[in-house]
Amino acid sequence: MKKITTPVTQEIIETLRAGDIVYFSGIIYTGRDAAHKKMVESISKQEPLPFDLNNQVIYYVGPTPSKPDRPIGSCGPTSSYRMDAYSSILMKHGLKTMIGKGDRSSEFIHSMIKEKGVYLQAVGGAGALLSRRVLSSELVAYPELGPEAIYKLNVVDFPAIVTYDIYGGNLIEDEVKKYKTIEL
Amino acid sequence: MRNIDTAIITSKVKELALDANFHIDKSFLKKLKEAAETEQSPIGKNVLEQIIENDEIASKSNDPMCQDTGMVVVFVELGYDVHLSGDLYDAINEGVRQAYTEGYLRKSVTKHPITRGNSNDNTPAVIHVTLVPGNQIKITLAPKGGGSENMSLVKMLVPSDGVPGIKKLVLDSIFHAGGKPCPPLVVGIGIGGNLEKSALIAKEAIMRDINDVNPDPILAILERELLDEINQLGVGPMGFGGTTTALAVKIAAFPCHIASLPVAINIQCHASRHKETII
Repeated sequence: MKKITTPVTQEIIETLRAGDIVYFSGIIYTGRDAAHKKMVESISKQEPLPFDLNNQVIYYVGPTPSKPDRPIGSCGPTSSYRMDAYSSILMKHGLKTMIGKGDRSSEFIHSMIKEKGVYLQAVGGAGALLSRRVLSSELVAYPELGPEAIYKLNVVDFPAIVTYDIYGGNLIEDEVKKYKTIEL
Repeated sequence: MRNIDTAIITSKVKELALDANFHIDKSFLKKLKEAAETEQSPIGKNVLEQIIENDEIASKSNDPMCQDTGMVVVFVELGYDVHLSGDLYDAINEGVRQAYTEGYLRKSVTKHPITRGNSNDNTPAVIHVTLVPGNQIKITLAPKGGGSENMSLVKMLVPSDGVPGIKKLVLDSIFHAGGKPCPPLVVGIGIGGNLEKSALIAKEAIMRDINDVNPDPILAILERELLDEINQLGVGPMGFGGTTTALAVKIAAFPCHIASLPVAINIQCHASRHKETII
């Protein structure tokens, strides 16, 4: 178990191995399909991004609206593979840490290792549970995208598990192999 | 002829949508707890425990169990002897609109599949109406998440593929979907009919009670065998590896063309949400 305060530097990423359980505290940014598309379009037009990506964490999530007395609604991770088309460009611009759910393409893994980034998974469908780890949320960009807008979240002990590390460690491949008892 | 005010349909649809998103079925929760006991993988077991804790928090505090509160699917069984005071489809969509805008549920529906843009009230719902004898209306409502729906498919097999072909298609699909559709799953399978009929009966299959047994003995055996084989794939809870990939397999069948063997797989994630009512 590792406690990490964001932003996540290169030195921290070098200590992470597939299978490590990590608790994040500090600022993380939300972003999913539509926000990724817009950020990549901004990069291709050489326009400024809504926030500096250097050493930041993007959490793939589209929360439910928050009730009046709460900082956020339910906020579990969405499937990460849909961001594969955009991630390598964002990593080239400084993004290091991505949290989502599910496996990703070999192209993504290859470029993540090259850019020395890290991919973690939170538990999909545990939206109510994970919302208890968010202290505040603030709109950063693209309000027109509704649940897909970019929010800055202040989290405490937000749990995730390292899935792909910079050394080629792949938690999904290793674990599934242990329990697969049927030939396809 | 019984007159029914469509305002009643709107209020029932709203109730069902809120209830489905907040409160996991007791029988489904029990199934998750049994799986947490038997799961072989330590990570898988921990994931199941988090899912159970999540569902209990959501139920107690009326929070959505998952942030993907889905696109709403509604099955209506409309009695022949019912006369409605207004438009059925409008009444259902109004219920969805009220639930999603007033109930702090996420709006997850686009205005157009190409130009996108959010419809901002989670409408339209996908509505299936069948006519049945009697003077009642039965409404079954399911908020269906995008992650599991994205891993669903229809494949036109041919008769020579038979049961081995059906099994291969199911096992390949579930294995390659991995953690993306949020296992442990309920796997709905529609066999026969044609392109759209197979998909429709696969969706209906996931509305069944988690513990029921298929009245067709051939399908009951296939359900048991496939459940066992799916759980040997090693995918595990949320794809982290393990022995619990599916909690149930539900199969529906329909006669088909002599040249065809359509198979639809509709995957339901562990946030299995469907509620029904009779008016």
